[in-house]
Amino acid sequence: MASVQAGAVTAQQSFVREKILLGMGWREYARSCCTKGNAIAAAILVVGLPIFVYRFIAGLGATTALSQTAPWGLWIGFDMMTGIALAAGGFTIGATVQIFGLEEYHPIERPAILTAFLGYVMAVIGLLADLGRPWNIVMAMFNFGTASALFEVAWCVMCYTTVLLLEFTVPAFEWLGWRKLHAVMRKALIGLTVLSVMFSTMHQSALGSLFLLAPTKLHPLWYTPFIFVFFFISAIIAGISMVIVESMLSHRAFHSQVAGNHVDMDKLTLGLGKAGALVMFAYFFLKLQGVIDGHAWGYLPTAYGALFLVETVGFVLVPAFLFAYGARNAKVKLVRAAGVMGVLGVILNRLNVSIVAFNWNQPVRYVPSASEVIVSITLVTIGVLAFRWIVNRMPILREDPRFAAGHH
Amino acid sequence: MSIGRREFIKIAAVTAGAAGAGSASAATPHAEGTDGPGVLVDTTLCVGCRACEAACAEKNELPTPPESDDVMLQRRDTAPQVFTVVNRAEKDDGTVRFAKKQCMHCLAPGCASACPVRAMDKSPEGPVVYDPSKCMGCRYCMVACPFDVPKYEYDSWKPRVRKCSFCADRQAKGLKPACTEVCPSGALTFGRRSELLELAKTRIYTNPGKYVPHVYGEHEAGGTSWLYITDLDLEKLAFRADVPEKDIPSHVSGALSAPPFVMTLWPPLLMGLYVFSRRKNGAEGEEHGKEDHHG
Repeated sequence: MASVQAGAVTAQQSFVREKILLGMGWREYARSCCTKGNAIAAAILVVGLPIFVYRFIAGLGATTALSQTAPWGLWIGFDMMTGIALAAGGFTIGATVQIFGLEEYHPIERPAILTAFLGYVMAVIGLLADLGRPWNIVMAMFNFGTASALFEVAWCVMCYTTVLLLEFTVPAFEWLGWRKLHAVMRKALIGLTVLSVMFSTMHQSALGSLFLLAPTKLHPLWYTPFIFVFFFISAIIAGISMVIVESMLSHRAFHSQVAGNHVDMDKLTLGLGKAGALVMFAYFFLKLQGVIDGHAWGYLPTAYGALFLVETVGFVLVPAFLFAYGARNAKVKLVRAAGVMGVLGVILNRLNVSIVAFNWNQPVRYVPSASEVIVSITLVTIGVLAFRWIVNRMPILREDPRFAAGHH
Repeated sequence: MSIGRREFIKIAAVTAGAAGAGSASAATPHAEGTDGPGVLVDTTLCVGCRACEAACAEKNELPTPPESDDVMLQRRDTAPQVFTVVNRAEKDDGTVRFAKKQCMHCLAPGCASACPVRAMDKSPEGPVVYDPSKCMGCRYCMVACPFDVPKYEYDSWKPRVRKCSFCADRQAKGLKPACTEVCPSGALTFGRRSELLELAKTRIYTNPGKYVPHVYGEHEAGGTSWLYITDLDLEKLAFRADVPEKDIPSHVSGALSAPPFVMTLWPPLLMGLYVFSRRKNGAEGEEHGKEDHHG
C-alpha cells in the first residue's frame, strides 16, 4: 500500500519535473527564471493585472478615456481588431500546408497556430475588459441578433477559438504522450483547417463589416462598401507578415530548440515574401479602388489624407516592393524588414479605422488613457509569456522524435 | 390525439408567421411598422419652456433638469441621466427657435440592427426599447446611431445604455409619451406617423415661405417616428444634417448575406483543392502514402 503510494508520488514528481519544470528541481527551475526579461515581464504584470481587476470594480469611466462620442477605444481597436488580424497566420499557414499541400511550410505551421490561438484568447480577455456587462457575454448564444455583423463576429470568434484549441491539441497530446487521442486529432486536422479558413473568412471580413453602418462617422477615405473585403485581404497580409516576424523572433529566442533541426528558415521566409508581395500589391490596388469608388480624392491633401497615404503607400506599397525585391534577389533581411512593416501597417490600419478616422468630424478626440495602454501591454506580455512557456515544453518549433515518423 | 383541421391551420399559420417574422427582422428590423406612433415637432411653435424635459425626468425617475434657462446658452446633448434636451438657436432676424432632442425611434433602427443580442430592439408597436438584462455592453449601438442618441453609463460597474424609450410603457396603457402630454404650446403632436406626415406637409404648403420645405425624419435614416418641421437650419439646433436617407441596416445587409455562401462554398472548394494537392504530391514522390487515403 505504502509502496504503491510512494510510487505514485514519484511518478507525479517526475511528471512535474519532466513536463513542467523542464527536467529541473523546483529550486533550480526558480533560479533559471530569474532573468532580465522575466523581471520586466513581472513588473508589467504587477502593474497591469491590478488595473485589469480594478476596471471591473470601478467601471470603464474610471479606467478608460472612452466617451459618448468615442464608445470604442484601444481595447477594441488594438486588442480585438488588431489582435485578431495578427493571429491570421493560423489559418493562412494552416491552409498552405494542409490544403494546398505545400509541405515545406510544415515547420512554421505549429507556431503559427499557437500564435493564433494565444492571440484569440488574449483578444477575448481584452474584450471582457471592454464589455460593460461581461457576464452577459453568454447572451450572444441565446439571443440571435442576426442583422448584426457583431453577431457574426461573436459566433465566428467563439467557433474559431475552439477550432484553434483543437488544432493545438495535436502538439499538446504529443507533449503528454497520449498517442491514441493524438492520432485522432491529427486525422481531424484537415477538417479543422477547412473550418478555420471558413470561420476566418467570415469574421475577419465581418470585423470590417462592423463599420458599414457608420457611413457618416467613418472618414470617407476609409469608408467603402467593400471594407469587409479589405479587412479580409489585409488579415492575410497580417498573417503572412506576422509569421515572418514571429519565426524570425522565435528562431532567435529559441535557437537551442531549433538547433540540429534542418529547416531552411531563409527559404521559407523568401517564399512567404513572394506571397506577401502578391497579396500586398492586390490590396494596394483595392485601396486605390476604394478611393475612386468613394470619390474621396479631395480628402487626400488633408491631414487625414496624409495619414491614409502613410498607411497605404508607406506600409503597403513600399513593403510590397521590398517583399518582391527581397524574394526575387534572395535578400532575407529585406523580406523580414517588409514583414515588420506589414505588421505595423495592419496595426495602423486597424487603429485608423476603429479609432483615428472614426467620428473624425466630431470635436472631441479620443486619446487612450494610461490604464488602457497598460492593460493592452499586459495582455501582449501574457501572450508572449504563454507562447514561451508552451514552446519550451511542447513540440512547437521542433519535432517530438517519438511522433516525428509521420510528420504533419 | 387527433388535431382538428382548424387547430392544425392555426399552428401552421403561427409557425409560418414566426418564421416569416424571423427572416424579416433579420433583413430590416420591423420595417413593417412604418405607420406606428410618432411625434411631430413644430419648432416654430416651441417656446422653450422645457416642460418636456421636466416631464421626461419625472417619468423616468431622472434628476430634475436645472431650473435656470441659462443652460440653453450652450448646446446641450442628451446624457445617461438626461433623455431629452431643448436647444436654442437664433435666426438671422434675431428671433429665437427651440427644438428638443431625443431618440428619433427610426423605422429601421441602426442600433437595433447592430445589437448582437437584441437588447436594443424595435418593439412591434413602434418604440425602440432597451433591455439591460440581455445587454453585453459592447456599445455597438452607439457606433450605429446616426443621430448620436444612445448614451452610456461609464461611471457604473454595471453600466446600461440610456435613451428615450418613447414612453413605451405609457403607450402600452394608451397614454401619450410624457413630454407630448405636458407641452403647452402645441409644438409636440402625438399621433400616427402617416397622419403626422400629412399634417407636417399641410403646414408647410399652407404657410408658403414660412417653413423650410423639408420634414426632418421623413427620409432620414430610412424614416423616423419623430418628425421635425422648422424655419431654420436644423443643424443650428444641434441636429445632424449628414444622416443618409438609406436606412442604416441596409448598409450592412449586403455584407451579411455573404456568410451562407462562405459556409456552403468554402468546404467543398477547399476539400477539392486538398484532394488535388495530395494527388499532385503523391505523383511527385509518394511521401506520406499511408495517411493520405483518408483525405
